Amino acid sequence: MSLLDVSNLNVRFDTPDGEVHAVKDLSFRLERGETLGIVGESGSGKSQSVLSLMGLLADNGRADGVAQFDGHNLITLPEAQLRRMRGRRISMIFQDPMTSLNPYLTLADQMIQVVREHETVSKKAARSRCLEMLEAVSIPEADDRLDRYPHELSGGMRQRVMIAASLLLNPEILIADEPTTALDVTVQAQILELMRDLSERFETSTILITHDLAVVAGTCERVLVMQGGELKEQGEVRKIFYEPQHAYTQALLKAVPRLDEERVERLLDGGEVGGAAAGARAGNAAGADPLLAVEDLKVSFRVHTGGFWGHTRELKAVDGVDLELAPGETLGIVGESGCGKSTLARAILKLVPLAGGQVCLLGRGLSELDSAEMRKMRSDLQIIFQDPLASLNPRMTVGDIVSEPLWTHRPDLDKAAVRQRVVHVLKRVGLEGRELNRYPHEFSGGQCQRIGIARALVLEPKLIICDEPVSALDVSIQAQIVNLLMDLQAELGLSLIFIAHDLAVVRHISHRVLVMYLGTAVEIASREDLYERPSHPYTRALISSVPIPDPDKERSRARELLFGDLPSPMDPPSGCRFRTRCRHAEPRCAEEIPELRAVGPSRVACHRAEELLETV
Amino acid sequence: MSAATSQAVGEDIPGRSLWNDAWRVLRRNRAAVASAILISVMAVLVIVGPLFSSYAYDFTDWSNLSIGPSFETGHIFGTDTLGRDLFVRTLYGGRVSLMVGIVATIVSLVIGISYGATAGYLGGRLDHIMMRIVDILYALPFMFLVILLMVFFGRHIVLIFVAIGAINWLDMARIVRGQTLSLKNKEFVEAAEAQGVTAFAILRRHIVPNLLGVVAVYVTLTIPQVILVESFLSFLGLGVQEPMTSWGALVKDGSEELESAPWMLTFPALFLAATLFCFNFLGDGMRDALDPKDR
Amino acid sequence: MLRYSLRRFLGAIPTLLILIALAFFMIRLAPGGPFDAERALLPEIEANLRAAYHLDEPLPMQFVRYLGNLARADFGPSFQYRDYTVTELIMTGFPVSLRLGGSAMVVALLFGISAGSLAALRQNTRTDYTVMSLSMTGISIPNFVMAPLLILLFAVYLGWLPAGGLGEGSWRNMVLPVISLALPQIAYVARLTRGSMIEVLRSPFIRTAKAQGLPMYKILIRHALKPALLPVVSYLGPATAAVITGSVVIEQIFGVPGLGRFFVQGALNRDYTLVMGVVVFYGVLIIVFNFLVDLAYAWLDPKVKYG
Repeated sequence: MSLLDVSNLNVRFDTPDGEVHAVKDLSFRLERGETLGIVGESGSGKSQSVLSLMGLLADNGRADGVAQFDGHNLITLPEAQLRRMRGRRISMIFQDPMTSLNPYLTLADQMIQVVREHETVSKKAARSRCLEMLEAVSIPEADDRLDRYPHELSGGMRQRVMIAASLLLNPEILIADEPTTALDVTVQAQILELMRDLSERFETSTILITHDLAVVAGTCERVLVMQGGELKEQGEVRKIFYEPQHAYTQALLKAVPRLDEERVERLLDGGEVGGAAAGARAGNAAGADPLLAVEDLKVSFRVHTGGFWGHTRELKAVDGVDLELAPGETLGIVGESGCGKSTLARAILKLVPLAGGQVCLLGRGLSELDSAEMRKMRSDLQIIFQDPLASLNPRMTVGDIVSEPLWTHRPDLDKAAVRQRVVHVLKRVGLEGRELNRYPHEFSGGQCQRIGIARALVLEPKLIICDEPVSALDVSIQAQIVNLLMDLQAELGLSLIFIAHDLAVVRHISHRVLVMYLGTAVEIASREDLYERPSHPYTRALISSVPIPDPDKERSRARELLFGDLPSPMDPPSGCRFRTRCRHAEPRCAEEIPELRAVGPSRVACHRAEELLETV
Repeated sequence: MSAATSQAVGEDIPGRSLWNDAWRVLRRNRAAVASAILISVMAVLVIVGPLFSSYAYDFTDWSNLSIGPSFETGHIFGTDTLGRDLFVRTLYGGRVSLMVGIVATIVSLVIGISYGATAGYLGGRLDHIMMRIVDILYALPFMFLVILLMVFFGRHIVLIFVAIGAINWLDMARIVRGQTLSLKNKEFVEAAEAQGVTAFAILRRHIVPNLLGVVAVYVTLTIPQVILVESFLSFLGLGVQEPMTSWGALVKDGSEELESAPWMLTFPALFLAATLFCFNFLGDGMRDALDPKDR
Repeated sequence: MLRYSLRRFLGAIPTLLILIALAFFMIRLAPGGPFDAERALLPEIEANLRAAYHLDEPLPMQFVRYLGNLARADFGPSFQYRDYTVTELIMTGFPVSLRLGGSAMVVALLFGISAGSLAALRQNTRTDYTVMSLSMTGISIPNFVMAPLLILLFAVYLGWLPAGGLGEGSWRNMVLPVISLALPQIAYVARLTRGSMIEVLRSPFIRTAKAQGLPMYKILIRHALKPALLPVVSYLGPATAAVITGSVVIEQIFGVPGLGRFFVQGALNRDYTLVMGVVVFYGVLIIVFNFLVDLAYAWLDPKVKYG
């Protein structure tokens, strides 16, 4: 008999706009000791279905159906009985470790009460149980950490604590709802490894919910694929990946660019296959005069450390970065959150003041320009943001939003001419061109991002900086936007700076890639060199942390995992900033700051780059 | 033109602004709509009402000293101890109270917005200093200072406006500053900066329109506060000068004749409480409609 | 913690100085003087009086002298009550006011927090609507309107409770003044608690606690109450100020011999030292209380650093 047997599960929500049927007739089983993956995009109902099993739906939600667990139907079980199951026999961890722990209680306070709620044990015994569990999830100095507050721990550490708390009573089922989505890829790899370890050690059956197929590939035995509240396909993990039956699964697999295969020219995005521009990409335009040259760029912020008269300290967000960009070229910038990549983008645009260095566009230093000249220059230099909705003024119509750059830079155009251009550019980014009077909140995330791109394009700039333009979007929408950007580049000869934390997307779109760590560039190389012969230990760790949507490869890979989290940029380590997490660090790394220097075709900032290359 | 034909022609699709949305939500809120109507009725009544009364606000009806409400005498709210018609006096009191409410709110609005927007938009060290000043002022027991002001400098109506406005701008400045600060860091403002839009145009097109919702809510909630402060001062005998009156002054007179002439308290108190109630309800409704947090 | 307290304390000093200076100069610059009310005094007698009270010195000198005396907790002699010093007057009035205000605050917090939490737990039910309508009424009826209405009902018509005075310090005399003073604050605290409690109950860590199988009442007490009460704690400062100001009229309406009476009479009689004394005393009280509230907040919220 299965441990958990769900049949005909329906979840409905009453909303002011009528009833929403979030989960439709879902049936699945969870066997003892197995790890089951549930994959789907936002709105697929994947989270709501497990929340309904736990009786944790929002107040306006109702569930019906059967979920057999140990002779009980969880859906109809009275709250009092269900409550005694929660945490003890079925436990759950959530997406955002920053907000899922109570910020007002110490870890001991919130963990001990879970033990004592379900078992009659002394405070002391409960505490030592918590300690054991924190050690099991590899938290160093657990005894000291136990009396700390969540905000004193890093994100990765907090997710470990969440896992420890959920396993305290050795539950039969652990439900993990997007447990790594809010984490950096290097930390994600650590957490996934830990979860695999623990589920074996404690013989817990796990349901892993995620939007990321690659996460499922290495972790789960069986997979469910959901879309729009319906189960599209379920089966063994290898079957799902190697012989997907349902068109949606196939589309999902092809929508994500992957690191383990030859780069494809075009992602499948549900639109017209094989766009006109495919293959017409501008090559690596070496030798041409650079469009953009950045030298020794530095940005620092004054950070208030709190306090009455305001003590401030200097945070060096970007500390000496050089880069060049040719016309028609795409430069990818990758790194973990807090590495300074977005600040670098803003510094190039002069949205934040420079603490040092120089930005030259078309051979002219931007810092030498007066404000009128700078304003003129801005028409060549545009930006697209991560959060599509937040980047559009909610009180302006789409027409006004896209017209605004023209009002600023082309006062010579009359109303009709502005309108004509706006309609044209809206059509160009795949909208109808009739949306002029509508407001941003009436559009989906993907459409908002198209509007943002239209605004950037309307002045026909030479360079667009894309700051994580697809991270907030579902994978199929992500593919559409990436394809659109590449088409536009081919058609208009744009240069792009593409900032992302997703290494696979960056490989897909970029000609060259810059890797940043704590405000410095650690490696710059062409796409091929970087991904095939990564030289810096950090680049190698990053690439090996990215999960691959291929169960066999993912499970047989030799990994070079990083330990720990990103150090605080307020006090970067001396010498090589990466040394505290580097497995190849030597005494010299703590003393000398490595220069960015040529190593083969790449430029690498590592003392041991040559030696390490030989070990590949 | 029907939707179908307009689509066939390829005309623009009509949009639905946040103001439209807010208006729709507000209209569904029956309490808020009723409050808005009642406030309008009240405003019309205090402005127009006295014109139709046969008594002046300071006329002493010697034959009807301190009588209860009656239609025969024409004193529908009764008279006070000096034989003055309470209906007319209540409306006149309403004029003063509402006027103080609106004018003093405008005073605090002007000071608060300019101060808060400056601090928020310019930011940095200036912001820090400006907000420290607000913090210090915040901790002062202002009501006492206002009372001192009224006692020692005479009870001029302009002084009331200034004094009350001077208290209330602090809240407004804090709110506007907080909003401006968060708007300034919004990506759409960055986008405008990246396009080279001038600072003035950014303020006009991006900052101010997004502030208006909060300001509208706040104004609605400030008016009753100000009316309350004015009636508090009047109650202490520090408001407008006799024979002119305000709701607070009428309540004071009424509370002194509580046992002999309860109507002297009841009518002005009712008017005052109803007005405060309506403004608070309307403000709450507007907050629900305009606050993006709930959407 | 010690450093933090010290710094907050130092921060309160400029506020206090500004308050004293504002009150001092406002009173002195106003037309009229403390001896206007009496029969026309012979010029030399008035001059002697002025000299005795140092009123003939230049203003800045007087200010410095006043500050010096304040530092020794000496508010000076009262102009009006010739036989008493201001300190003595404050000490007779303050215990009464403290009893009234303190009870009102306790009542306000007790009822406000429970009503607000109840409304939040039963959000969008009849209970919620009732609590919210009542508290809206509480906010909209000023205490100086509520007080006479309560007297009318409970003292005049029903005759259950005395209409005013202190009695022999009986609790029955305190009931109506305390209720009048507390009602608007109950309403404010209830609305504040409801709002923050609803927000806290929506936060992910509450969902975590539910997923761990804690019963609702424990979640409420252990997880939700502390963060939900933080806004109420920061409201304690303004609430104290409101209760103190409110007690000025409430004391008048109920004939309670507290500090408020001295303030109003002192102001009307231009009793400089008495009015100054009361303002400074209350100012210090409010500022000290704000300081304590800040400390309490920092203690409750682990994210506030003492650094």
